[in-house]
Amino acid sequence: MPHSKPEKESGRRPSDIEEIKKAQDAWESKLKHAEEKKPARKKRFTTLSDMEVPLLSTPADLAATGFDYLKDLGFPGEFPYTRGVQRNMYRGKLWTMRQFAGFSSAEETNKRFKLLLEHGQTGLSTAFDMPTLMGYDADSPKGRGEVGKCGVSVSSLEDMETLFSGISLGDVTTSMTINGPAIVILAMYLAVAEKQGVPKEKVRGTLQNDILKEYIAQKEWLFPVLPAVKLVVDTIEYGAKHYPNWNTVSISGYHIREAGATAVQELAFTLADGLGYVDACLARGMKIDDFAPRLSFFFDVHNDFFEEIAKFRAARRIWARLMRDRYHAKDSRSWMLRTHAQTAGVSLTAQQPYNNIVRVAVQAMAAVFGGTNSLHTNSMDETLALPTDEAVMIALRTQQIIAEESGIDNVIDPFGGSYFMETLTAKVEKETLEYIHRIDEMGGIVRAIERGYPQSEIANSAYHFQKQLEAKEKVMVGVNKYQTKETPRNFETLYIDRTVEKRQIERLVALRAKRSQHNYEVAMRHVKEAAQNDQNMMGPIIEAVKHYATLQEVCDCLRGVYGEYREAGSF
Amino acid sequence: MKSDRKNIRVLVAKPGLDGHDRGAKVIARALRDAGFEVIYTGLHQTPEMVINAAVEEDVQVVGLSILSGAHNALVPEIIEGIKKEGLNDTLFLVGGIIPDEDIPGLKKCGVHMVFTPGASLQEVVEYIKKHAPARN
Repeated sequence: MPHSKPEKESGRRPSDIEEIKKAQDAWESKLKHAEEKKPARKKRFTTLSDMEVPLLSTPADLAATGFDYLKDLGFPGEFPYTRGVQRNMYRGKLWTMRQFAGFSSAEETNKRFKLLLEHGQTGLSTAFDMPTLMGYDADSPKGRGEVGKCGVSVSSLEDMETLFSGISLGDVTTSMTINGPAIVILAMYLAVAEKQGVPKEKVRGTLQNDILKEYIAQKEWLFPVLPAVKLVVDTIEYGAKHYPNWNTVSISGYHIREAGATAVQELAFTLADGLGYVDACLARGMKIDDFAPRLSFFFDVHNDFFEEIAKFRAARRIWARLMRDRYHAKDSRSWMLRTHAQTAGVSLTAQQPYNNIVRVAVQAMAAVFGGTNSLHTNSMDETLALPTDEAVMIALRTQQIIAEESGIDNVIDPFGGSYFMETLTAKVEKETLEYIHRIDEMGGIVRAIERGYPQSEIANSAYHFQKQLEAKEKVMVGVNKYQTKETPRNFETLYIDRTVEKRQIERLVALRAKRSQHNYEVAMRHVKEAAQNDQNMMGPIIEAVKHYATLQEVCDCLRGVYGEYREAGSF
Repeated sequence: MKSDRKNIRVLVAKPGLDGHDRGAKVIARALRDAGFEVIYTGLHQTPEMVINAAVEEDVQVVGLSILSGAHNALVPEIIEGIKKEGLNDTLFLVGGIIPDEDIPGLKKCGVHMVFTPGASLQEVVEYIKKHAPARN
């Protein structure tokens, strides 16, 4: 009978793990034999973070991790959110395409914002210059040469009004990347929204406001750790009461990764920072479900495609379990790790800069496969200078091509169930939890930072990577392999001239002359008293900026009460 | 090595508000591993602080790491200050994000070499070995 064989095949029971393991062993011995004749290209095959990767993963490998579909993956929009936080993910709503922008003066950045909105961008994202990030006004001698250089200069409410002029804050979501003086910048933003008549529940966006990672990686701090965390808790508390749709903290791994951390270190230190804020809010007397739903995250997305996807999946699973099991959060929104992602700035090369377009595309795809909720794609020229309009447009178009041409948006978590991806996700999760437990044992992240623990772990990884790069164990195309003699820099880069600084200073001097001195002084006295009496600082700071107290005036007042942070110059 | 000292002394400094210290720290470790005596200033140094550190530590080499675009404002002031203190033969190096068109200007005001992204640790080490001035 011609059909007997297929019938017999279909009647066969599926192979079990033991059988697979046996077959795998047999295959491996054949492989060994084959590799004696034709050896593998390298001794070690590792991820970018130097994690060893198996040649092949099978159901037997996955079973060895104790994998359980319902427990470890479940369904999108459901605990533990490994497959994503929304039930229908990108079919319902694409990720937010949010290109970070800010340079020169508030007028110039306002123009760039309008350009991006015109071209289909769906959220704004503000970069501030160094003096602003460090709580200094444009006319401070400390910021000489840095005004408007790597972001927009905002010294007062007047600058903030210019920055968002002609943009209704009720219709856009705004992300603001600032940490040390974040409370003052948030106060200015809320004051502008109020002046525009936007109802509080329609003010949407995200303040980075993650001071812990500043001590770990980005190093833009003002105050010692404890008062700085207190200010973060002030904003969370105020936001939870008055601005229900504002994300007061974006707990950021981006800078930790860029400083040299591995993928696991990025994830571990970021989640540990998150736990630090949760503990501080609980210590203030807040209830977990009153603030946890508005905590959001921000991760780097680097070159190693699978490692990055695994990182995003593991991040959601770990956070969900910690929130439910350690903090007993009941609201499912408290369990969800919502995240923004940005392609890796450190992966961009000054050499052969057009190659960066390709790197960014690969990284952006990893972020989307990883289920990110929002994404910034870097521009090809960002290793040379702030991006030009043309370069920013290519970066935005990269996202639009992935979203609307590639078909990736059609299906949720297509790597889910892959033997390799699930094994890797489990490994990232396990190693991350080991770090988190070590930090718990130190007494939490604030103690760990004071001991310099995350800082030195990151510096070790950065040095290790650099040595691997020089030994050509890791490759950067165009830098340590496939170099070309001359780097053609025949494309335009953006140049910020010194007159920006001069004009900004003139405006600031004029503002101080025209504001009501009496109102300013009264408001500043309230700021000082509130700081001395350990009150929530949001209200008094909003009042002060409304009376045109400048950023530095408020920060200096707080420095007077809290002191300043100094780091030992260790390496 | 031209120096009479056993080890070349190098100051690695981060002037300005820029907090990007990955490069400075990696360089500091590499120079230490290469046998130099390395002093790292830490972050957020004013030009005066860098000048004082260079003088107090009596270094032969000053490496300035700047990634924020403030190099044209800060570098000349630091070099001038150190030279004013009599350390005329100091080897001045700059590393970071420095646009090509700014390099001639920096060299004119006394920078011996600018290392931009992609420069290897070995290049920096070799350059210092070859060019560090002799000090007693």
